[in-house]
Amino acid sequence: MRLAELSLPQLESRLARGLGLVTGPFRFHLTSRQKRVAQGLHTLYADFEIGTFDYHDYHIRLAPPTGMRRWLRPQIFFWMDDFSPFKPLPADHDFAQLEWGMNWCIAGHAHHYLMLHAAVLEKNGQAVILPGDPGAGKSTLTALLALSGWRLLSDEITLIDRDDGMVVPLARPVSLKNASIDVVRAFAPHAVIGEAALDTHKGTVAHLKPPRNSVTRMAEKAMPRHIVFPRWRAGSDAHSSPHAKADAFIHAASHAFNYSLLGELGFALTAQLLDRCDCRNFEYSRLPDALEFFESLVA
Amino acid sequence: MTPACGDLILALKMPRAMATFTPAQWDRLIPQARAAGLLGRLGAVAVQHDLAAGLPRPVWYALEAGLAFPERQAVAVRYELGKLDAALAGLGIPVLVLKGAAYVATGSPAAAGRLMTDIDILVPKRAIGETEAALMLAGWVSSHHDAYDQRYYRQWMHEIPPMQHIRRGTVLDVHHNLLPETARIQTRPDRILANARPLPGMACLHAPSEPDLILHSATHLMHEGEWAHGLRDLSDLYALLAAGAGRDDDFWPSLAKRAQELSLERPLYLALVQLQRVFGLDAPALDLRGAQRYGDRVIHDLLTRALSGFHSNCRLPFAPLADFALFVRSHWLRMPAHLLIPHLLYKAMKRDNAARAAG
Repeated sequence: MRLAELSLPQLESRLARGLGLVTGPFRFHLTSRQKRVAQGLHTLYADFEIGTFDYHDYHIRLAPPTGMRRWLRPQIFFWMDDFSPFKPLPADHDFAQLEWGMNWCIAGHAHHYLMLHAAVLEKNGQAVILPGDPGAGKSTLTALLALSGWRLLSDEITLIDRDDGMVVPLARPVSLKNASIDVVRAFAPHAVIGEAALDTHKGTVAHLKPPRNSVTRMAEKAMPRHIVFPRWRAGSDAHSSPHAKADAFIHAASHAFNYSLLGELGFALTAQLLDRCDCRNFEYSRLPDALEFFESLVA
Repeated sequence: MTPACGDLILALKMPRAMATFTPAQWDRLIPQARAAGLLGRLGAVAVQHDLAAGLPRPVWYALEAGLAFPERQAVAVRYELGKLDAALAGLGIPVLVLKGAAYVATGSPAAAGRLMTDIDILVPKRAIGETEAALMLAGWVSSHHDAYDQRYYRQWMHEIPPMQHIRRGTVLDVHHNLLPETARIQTRPDRILANARPLPGMACLHAPSEPDLILHSATHLMHEGEWAHGLRDLSDLYALLAAGAGRDDDFWPSLAKRAQELSLERPLYLALVQLQRVFGLDAPALDLRGAQRYGDRVIHDLLTRALSGFHSNCRLPFAPLADFALFVRSHWLRMPAHLLIPHLLYKAMKRDNAARAAG
């Protein structure tokens, strides 16, 4: 069933007992009594499949510490199984912690896939990979494309299936930081954005609900066809130039979560990816220019 | 008393049982195996028994991921052993590779899917100085700079302070004995060196003979206070023993005899009791004279509880307490009280001072 079929109080009680959630190839088992976590899921994961499953890839629990800390400056701990990989965060960052924690579970364990630190979207059967240099505006661009009819495959982690080199979607919410939250709101006033977490280590963070079409098609892999290195620069005209494949290879490998762990297979998958993709730089300052450029790529 | 991780044990003992597990069984088992450091081992035995294709996809993907780390590490360890061999070949001494690296180098069943944190070698005590100098020339540097730590290692321990390669970052423990100089049991490293087998393609690197590898594994398990990996180490031992017993009729008596020669009957005895309890290992009654003590039942129960402590869904009652008791025991076995108490006081005060300086 879809998560939206539960009312918020129903979701809260299911989540307290443990809820199975499907995102792309992964089944998470989530347990939490945090109201903000239930609220965040209710807002952003409405179209996702939930259920009671026999097997889960990752068991996640978000819970306050025991003892006095529960009342005094409340905090939140993230657990995967018995293991808590992060320092506790202020309790009002609990939903953001869930998102980061889910990323951590995947990036640290899902080694069936070559995992690139990049956003990826699809249109006309062609996946476009956007490697993320911090500050390049990757997430903003991802959000705008997702709100303009592109299928969102993933915002943070691009999964490449080791069996066929195809991109496997996750379709999870897009993480927006600071000014990009307002940029996205201004671009699409109807966009659903979750409650912002203030003063995190990344500044203000809020998540954009993925388009329903991206979520319902999350089982559909996509063929990687383009790697675009975007750069937003104030006042610049849209400009695109070829990006050397050797450099793109090094960039992909050094920004992958598990390139060296996969050894020879990591090399082979990256090489296959680069063979399949056209690599370009793209500099812009105006959003319509960006949309036009990306449309032209997959036309 | 047996830990409540029956499926995990069953999978290690009889890998084919994995083909019959339901998704709900896997849902408990995978987190247990991950916490115990045994995900890679399960992956390796699934491959060996041709089970991978028949497992549910997400389950196989978890095992495959667990296997990726040790597979990468095995490549790195073989490379590193080549470098070590080149660095030490000129000394004209036998160099013994121990534990995880020895399992990898000899293709032992205990190497399958096993992770390690460092490489351990053993050299004759008289050659410690020149070994250290040769390693420093080849890029390994001593990691403990504190004068107290240096003296602690050099005067009392069975190894010099850990060395780390300045470029590759690999950590190397250089031993001259299996147990501290101050330990209650004293073994005979010269006899272990005398029986060592040369590693193919290496100039000076050797591996302990199979019985000695087993006895060292048991000794390490029973003397170190590392219970987070207790079940993994016990499963190494199980794999070594099962392979040995399957190959050689004379295996058990000769193992007992060797334990006597090395004065390691006690750790072998303690380990066999745990293997019987946890893995149901069916070892014949061995002549381990003098290995048993009055009141051993308490030690056996502590060990079993501590071995169960790796995951909350199979932990026996009082496992953390048993863990602590065994930690204290490991120190007790390591040093006599007149050395141990000043050492622990010094360490406690140093930590206090460090905390104050940092805060």
